[in-house]
Amino acid sequence: MSEGVNQADRPLVSDNAEVAAPRDLFSKFDEVIHTRETLLASGVEDPFSLVMERVLSPTRAVCNGRDTILLGTYNYMGMTFDPDVIQAGKDALDNYGAGTTGSRVLNGTYAGHKAVEEALKDFYAMDHAMVFSTGYQANLGIISTIAGKGDYIVLDIDSHASIWDGCALGNAEVVPFKHNDIVAMDKRLGRIPEGAGKLVVLEGVYSMLGDVAPLKELVAVARKHGAMVLVDEAHSMGFIGEHGRGVAELQGVIDDVDFIIGTFSKSVGTVGGFCVSNHPKFEIMRLVCRPYVFTASLPPSVVATACTSIRKLMHGSNKRAHLWENSKRLHGGLKGMGFTLGTEEPQSAIVAVIMPDLERGAAMWEALLYEGLYVNLARPPATPAGMTLLRCSLCAEHSSEEVETILGMFGRAGKAVGII
Amino acid sequence: MNRDEVDSSIRALIEPFNKKNVEIGDDTTFAGDLEFDSLTVMDFVAAIEDEFDIIISMNQQAEIESYGDLVDAVCELTEG
Repeated sequence: MSEGVNQADRPLVSDNAEVAAPRDLFSKFDEVIHTRETLLASGVEDPFSLVMERVLSPTRAVCNGRDTILLGTYNYMGMTFDPDVIQAGKDALDNYGAGTTGSRVLNGTYAGHKAVEEALKDFYAMDHAMVFSTGYQANLGIISTIAGKGDYIVLDIDSHASIWDGCALGNAEVVPFKHNDIVAMDKRLGRIPEGAGKLVVLEGVYSMLGDVAPLKELVAVARKHGAMVLVDEAHSMGFIGEHGRGVAELQGVIDDVDFIIGTFSKSVGTVGGFCVSNHPKFEIMRLVCRPYVFTASLPPSVVATACTSIRKLMHGSNKRAHLWENSKRLHGGLKGMGFTLGTEEPQSAIVAVIMPDLERGAAMWEALLYEGLYVNLARPPATPAGMTLLRCSLCAEHSSEEVETILGMFGRAGKAVGII
Repeated sequence: MNRDEVDSSIRALIEPFNKKNVEIGDDTTFAGDLEFDSLTVMDFVAAIEDEFDIIISMNQQAEIESYGDLVDAVCELTEG
């Protein structure tokens, strides 16, 4: 600006006025940046930036040029490379194109979206099914929409981020209770003012430690207080319960659950989320649920692969049995070597190995990667009680020999890092 | 129950959570002075809820920063 020129719409600023330094909005992340830099400075490979260069099967990939066994994918039933599933996706690409470019309530509902909702209704034997673009959005949308101002959400303190974010997006009063604590939940429900709407939010399998909720007791308590019940069964679909409907089915309370939330990104082997329900007014959700309305629907190839996969999962009892064998063998083997695990007995297809701290957890994670094994490194705030975990999720396509190989890798890495 | 009675009950309840023996006044903050993490908050809130037979939702907890705020909130919740 040339000297001596004042612009009429700007306030006069004297020459010696000090300009306040702008506050960097990123300064709030300094602690996270510091933790990450300290970790990487110790020389470990970055556990949160791993690239799968080639994926060979549900259980094998090439990472950093190494052939790697995948033991942290939630690909429980190994459907990602099922030939029928892949063919369905290819056909849908040819016949319907790459994407819908629209919301489900405008131009984004194709025959495939209706077909996958029919498959879910058949799978769960429920009256209604609503498909979201991700599992995260399913929780976000359903929870924030059904629990409104003046209603109460009572939820387990170890709930998944998508459940917490659903609470944050809505206007209900949020009341957490201690993990899986039946008495604590009962007391909180009993203190809610009379006449208020109540939603209890639970999970079948908690993904961090792989432990199962006492749904039989929790659902009965919720019913006693007149609360509606939502159960997230993301980590049980396809292999827990007689028909693979989850922990609520296994414990005989599925008929008392109002909403089941699930995902296509685990056992189903693709991406997407859903809610199934018998509530007579459920279909109105399609018009009032913002995370459903204001987003593009899933691509035709994705819903076609999901539909084929869900129908195949209805008949997967042999694969289920093998998955359980794998989980039991890995759990027993690791426990026998002296590792500390998230549960005393195997309760799901997740086996969580508790690490003494983040440094040794990261070192162990890297040692396993060099052995040719990928697991999830999980750390706070995702984990309960500030724990660092190496989380293993088994696949029905892991062979018994592969599980033995995995145990050998854990044994060598654990000794090298000094954990066992 | 008057404010002094509520105050002395909460003072007794906070003791096992006050690991660093911080001297507690109305201005003492939970996050800053007492360094409560989210799990400690949950256990502490549960202890207060059980003692007074009230519910303090997370929405209400967000408004409670200091010890004095908490005593006021509990007084209000036990009035009705």
